[in-house]
Amino acid sequence: MAVEAQSKPMITRQSSWNTLRQVFAPIGQILVFIVGSAVILGLIVVLLGLVLSRVMEQPNMLNGVFLLLPIVIVDGLVLGFLYATIALGYTMVYGVLEFINFAHGEIFMVGAFVAGGLALFLASNGLLAAIPPLLFVLIAVLLGMAVSGTLAMSIERVAYRPLRNAPRLVPLISAIGVSLVLQDLVRLIAGPRRFYLAFPDLGLNQRYQLFQVARAGGGNLNVTIDSKSLILIVTALVMLIGLNYLVNATKLGKAIRAVAQDRPTASLMGINVNLIIALTFLIGGALGGAAGVLFGIRYSTINPYVGFLYGLKAFTAAVLGGIGNITGAMVGGIVLGFLEAFVAGYLSLFTRGHFGGADYASMAAFLILVGILIFRPSGLLGEAVAQKV
Amino acid sequence: MSSTGRTSPQEPDESTSGRLEALLGQGYTPYIIVTLYVLLTSLWLLAFPFSTIAFLVFLSSLMAIYYFPVSSWLKLVLGVIVLGVVMPIVGNQNQGFLDVVTQSAIFVALALGLNIVVGFAGLLDLGYVAFFALGAYLWGIFSTGQALNIFPGAEATFPLGGGWFFVFLVLGVIVAAIAGVLLGLPVLRLRGDYLAIVTLGFGEVIRLLANNLDKPVNITGGAQGITSIGQAPMFFQPVVAAAGFQPSQGAEYRMYMYVLAILIVLLTVMVARRLNQSRIGRAWTAIREDETAAIAMGVPLVRMKLLAFAAGASFAGAMGVLFAAKQLFISPPTFDLVRSISILAMVILGGMGSIPGVILGATVITLLNLRILPDFAAQLNDWRRAGLPIPAQFDPVSYQRLLFGLVLILMTIFRPEGILPERRRRFELHQEAAEGEQMAQDAKNLVHPDIGMKS
Repeated sequence: MAVEAQSKPMITRQSSWNTLRQVFAPIGQILVFIVGSAVILGLIVVLLGLVLSRVMEQPNMLNGVFLLLPIVIVDGLVLGFLYATIALGYTMVYGVLEFINFAHGEIFMVGAFVAGGLALFLASNGLLAAIPPLLFVLIAVLLGMAVSGTLAMSIERVAYRPLRNAPRLVPLISAIGVSLVLQDLVRLIAGPRRFYLAFPDLGLNQRYQLFQVARAGGGNLNVTIDSKSLILIVTALVMLIGLNYLVNATKLGKAIRAVAQDRPTASLMGINVNLIIALTFLIGGALGGAAGVLFGIRYSTINPYVGFLYGLKAFTAAVLGGIGNITGAMVGGIVLGFLEAFVAGYLSLFTRGHFGGADYASMAAFLILVGILIFRPSGLLGEAVAQKV
Repeated sequence: MSSTGRTSPQEPDESTSGRLEALLGQGYTPYIIVTLYVLLTSLWLLAFPFSTIAFLVFLSSLMAIYYFPVSSWLKLVLGVIVLGVVMPIVGNQNQGFLDVVTQSAIFVALALGLNIVVGFAGLLDLGYVAFFALGAYLWGIFSTGQALNIFPGAEATFPLGGGWFFVFLVLGVIVAAIAGVLLGLPVLRLRGDYLAIVTLGFGEVIRLLANNLDKPVNITGGAQGITSIGQAPMFFQPVVAAAGFQPSQGAEYRMYMYVLAILIVLLTVMVARRLNQSRIGRAWTAIREDETAAIAMGVPLVRMKLLAFAAGASFAGAMGVLFAAKQLFISPPTFDLVRSISILAMVILGGMGSIPGVILGATVITLLNLRILPDFAAQLNDWRRAGLPIPAQFDPVSYQRLLFGLVLILMTIFRPEGILPERRRRFELHQEAAEGEQMAQDAKNLVHPDIGMKS
């Protein structure tokens, strides 16, 4: 008894140090990947610009590359954090159930529509101008998290739980069905005339200057970031830290990890497996909903089909980082965001406008997905796991 | 003792279906019933060639022909009457129904192809429509001036004449099969759910390429698509004219497409059946049931999966060529993800791996899409005008995704084996029930009258 009492504080002290490390170490990893991918991709485009400006005899091209670079990096960062937040939901569910929640993109979309609906509702009552913008963002994020989380949990109850012991492809097919149904349900509720939902002005139009670049022809190029993007990045970071804390330092997190590792044994240890799985969906859905709200606020126009493409890309991000790994999802999202921003920014420049636009950036994302799955299916941070037979 | 053993197996099944079978399976009753059924429904449709209900009941007679225990020659004769005589006569009066059947036939063939990949080999392919697009664009590009953009200065060769259509039908098969192998080679080592996502990505890439390849060289026509695609050659025209018929050009071409589609469907059914019953088909089943065990039994895993991919893709390639020649216009939205998933919904609804099931599923969903939903929408409109409180935004035609989604969810939860399940699949999904059935069968065999008499 006495020995126990003595040893207990020591263990807690050690584990609290561990906990701190586990909660905050990912931030370092993410920073490394942000800087790394920016530098590597920047070097690649500069080299390409050098070579191509010689080959195509266009001396202005290199100048164009440098002018575009800071803008593309900021874009990549925003896109990266967006993918990262969505990818967290995929990775949570996959980590616990080994199941691709195909409908997660639609849960993200529902979050965006909740924010849009709230903004329109407040604007129609004249309340939107009365409350401070940041408070609106906070309310919208919380509401979006609640709605999307509940939605994800109910979907799990209705469409996935009855199929938990079916062959692997059966729940995936059901998830595809859920995804289609959600798209049309949102369209039905939002009304056919409001196929695109445009946000009212939220009063978040400040731009902050990050730094200045001296232009070759004189004058300065201001590299700025708008407040909406800043909110997105900060919120994403807060959510990552929160999730890391939840999974690594709480009892619920321990239960989630136990269920992920071995479901029957976890249930033998007194863990309510069904409850934990439902809570996993709740957390993943809430994160997706928050991402949707931030996306809606940042990009201002949404439609019921927006979730598909972003969901697919976020899934790519989760696989890129190593699916099942929370930090991996963040890292994968950031790398993918950078890659896409660079393709979208530079493909048109390098091919002199022949190829370019968002479609080619999407294609690049799919090709990356195929590439990773072939050459490194465990992703950037994942460990190779033997398939259970 | 032996008398009780003799009577027990002849007692009719307690279930209703068993009783029905016993009632219908005796003597000439099924022959009379099915012939009457076909004749009556045919007459009904011939009398009212614009009634959707008569049309649906008429199509259901095909099911009846399939289901009733009659000899295969009668099935053949009745099938020829339904599809070869009555349908063309009706179609001559009502082009819409003929078009619906042609579309259904195209989707039946597509679903049969996807069924090889998903149902036989158990590989979930969510980008199946990409192969369909390949076939369609193949004929679309080379039978129009688009080809001149790729090969400038070849005005003598392109656009290709209608006579090349049948060559391209074969070429569509080959190109799609090659594309299937090329896609399959890198990704078939992946686990099932990853494979699904990668094929989905592939489907999207093909659609995006079709949407964007109008610059720098205009190959696919971009978002506008390709118009005035070459028609298939009407080599039989002199014969028809000699026989004294003078149909309009459009009606004749529609009829021609109908016949061609039905013939191709018959061919695909035959190919799919033979494949399933062959050594290859057994290898696919083995892979589907248990990959590890299949490897252990010496099934060449990658080769068999590639074969399934290529076979499924080739069906889609051929149907793409036919589709382009029928519609005479193609554009990227036709080949989006929802199309892929609608074909998947056909396979799931009918029953994965079951050929009659897939045919039924494809027909039902195409009919829903083209006939039943628009009619229902018109009905709703009437009701709304009559003053019933139906919200204006509820237009069933524009909620196809909802329909496909519900089909997928409800089928996977309540009847994952489909409407007309394949026997093995049913056992797989309802193991306890199947084991029970097996035990009942064994018990029956034990008290079989022959054995009883011998002992």
